[in-house]
Amino acid sequence: MEILSQIASELQRGADDEVRTLTKSALEQSLEAGVILEEGLLAGMQVVGERFRAHEVFLPEVLLAARAMHAGVEILEPHLGKTDAHSRGKVVIGTVQGDLHDIGKNLVGIMLSGAGFEVIDLGKDVSPEQFVETARDSGADVIGMSALLTTTMPGMKKVIALLKERGLDSSVRTVVGGAPVTEKYAREIGADSYGFDAARAVECVKELVG
Amino acid sequence: MRPRLQLLSEDLLERIVDEALDLLATLGIKIQNDNAVALLADHGATVDSESGRVAFPESLVTEAISKAPSGFALYDCLGKQTHDLSGDNVHFTPGSSGITVLDAGTGEMRTPVTDDFVRFTKLTSRMQHIEAQSTAFICSDVPEPVQDSYRLFLCLLYCEKPVVTGAFTIESYALMRDLQLAVRGSAEALGERPLTIFSACPTAPLKWSDVTAQNLLDCAADSVPIEFVSMPLAGFMGPVTIVGSLVQHTAETLSGVVLSQLANSGCPVLYGGSPAAFDIRYETTPMGAIETQMIDCAYSEIGKHLGIPTQAYIGLSDAKALDAQAGLETSMGATLAALTGVNSVSGPGMLDFERCISMEKLVVDNEICGLTQRLIRGIVPKDDFPALPLFEEMLREGHLLIADHTRKHLRSEHHFPGPVIERASLPRWQAEGETTLGERAHREVVRHLEEYEPSRVADDVKKDLVELMTAEARRHGLDRLPDRESQGDSEA
Repeated sequence: MEILSQIASELQRGADDEVRTLTKSALEQSLEAGVILEEGLLAGMQVVGERFRAHEVFLPEVLLAARAMHAGVEILEPHLGKTDAHSRGKVVIGTVQGDLHDIGKNLVGIMLSGAGFEVIDLGKDVSPEQFVETARDSGADVIGMSALLTTTMPGMKKVIALLKERGLDSSVRTVVGGAPVTEKYAREIGADSYGFDAARAVECVKELVG
Repeated sequence: MRPRLQLLSEDLLERIVDEALDLLATLGIKIQNDNAVALLADHGATVDSESGRVAFPESLVTEAISKAPSGFALYDCLGKQTHDLSGDNVHFTPGSSGITVLDAGTGEMRTPVTDDFVRFTKLTSRMQHIEAQSTAFICSDVPEPVQDSYRLFLCLLYCEKPVVTGAFTIESYALMRDLQLAVRGSAEALGERPLTIFSACPTAPLKWSDVTAQNLLDCAADSVPIEFVSMPLAGFMGPVTIVGSLVQHTAETLSGVVLSQLANSGCPVLYGGSPAAFDIRYETTPMGAIETQMIDCAYSEIGKHLGIPTQAYIGLSDAKALDAQAGLETSMGATLAALTGVNSVSGPGMLDFERCISMEKLVVDNEICGLTQRLIRGIVPKDDFPALPLFEEMLREGHLLIADHTRKHLRSEHHFPGPVIERASLPRWQAEGETTLGERAHREVVRHLEEYEPSRVADDVKKDLVELMTAEARRHGLDRLPDRESQGDSEA
């Protein structure tokens, strides 16, 4: 379909107005919303993701493409059936209790939104209860935790313990990251995944939700 | 503002030139070529037939300086301009005339053959920040009398970039000229669009040999650009001091300027050189020595002051492997040369003084060249004033990742090096295989060779080149040229 590849290529350029217009025309041509999503928007996003990993495009291009995707999804939303996965999942993120550093966490949030996830950002100095209760109440799939200090890192362990205590550890998965955090530490505290940088954190969430 | 290095005060610079003029007028230069001596004598130089020394009157020298062009362009094999050798423009070219190659598989410095040269030339064609190619090393699988022309032949066959080269004998210039004519089509076209730069090296101290003087005259007659490569050795074949070496370099180089401009007024030349400190402890000529680099940059200042574009052998290393010494010496040299505005910088890819070429090092040095090119673009405001709106946007949006300002300037303000430069976090580096610089460089060499695209020079031109070279090789007892089809990368 000509129009689907047009949508994909405009999305790669980050042209949100064009994507919006083309998505509308595609619906007018009686194409199914699910098909437009899969073969237009997500196909374009897939290319952007691959080019990002190959260092051919950088974060700004990815985020612009994501913005264009959101523009298209907004048009499709009323037409999408329940089975169409228009949100890839919900992620609660925050910097753990006692830690006021949030640059890395913010980057993860921006990139998760860019990748099509719904993000609930609890900010910094977030208590284990806040993490767990927000995840439970919102029906989140993943909790993402960040720490910059070795002294605050144990806050991650507390969140994971609390999830277990409340019997939520099978429905809510965990991703940890931050400068002092290592793969080994993530394993030790029972985290489901470890994102060594923001791009990797998004991959982790995709793997856990997918 | 273009950042700039200045090593000489104006007074000192002028004194060095004055002293060199005095040397030229008093001691003169020993010239072992009859044509050159006759040419100089015809124009008022005094020849001492006993010593073979030719004294250059000051007026002869100053007139030649005024005739030498302040810049010239180079054009690739397709006729497209690639170089503007003028002002403070900086162009990089691989080091040249090596006699070994560093084998990435064995770590050995070994004697090169045709296959090495073809692979190196293919690699050079892919180096974004290295705008010229060079006859980088000698192939041992052809007879000695064609070893110089054979390199140029392979260059013209496999890579479109202009070539920095040179002849080893008087006789081989003819073929090297014919190879260029085959590419350009006519002598006029070659004169209008220079394709090569030929090195012409005086011998320290204060001498021109028969071969180099004749090469110089031949190039000048054809308007083929010449780089003078004077090589005082501080403390051995040159005064131990930097200033003394500069006086010698100036005298030797100016004698070349005179010869070239007498042979063909206005012919393009580069005020070049390959001086070195002499390390008395090892009896070596360290190109990475800071004094070597200081002489290079200072003579380039002198050349610019005289209104002649410049060249230097700098941005290379004395190390015996692609190690930290290789990186530090090359980076320091390339940075100083760029800050000085040396127009043609010969060095990338070289190790072991000027003896060895490494493909992996060329890939790393290409990144160094990219960084220095960024450095000399300097700091320039780009939609930065007034500053308030951008900061308001940052506070409003929480970040500037997708701001118009970021999108517009990201790729021009920041230079993004290739994958040999490691900038990932430790965990990511670990996850991606914990590679060393050498491993990443080798991977890049392999990738570039796989992605190599043949030169777009017309097939009949390539055929002419092969015929010319084959005929010359036959004259020297080689019936068939060595097999040129690269066998690929055995270490890959």
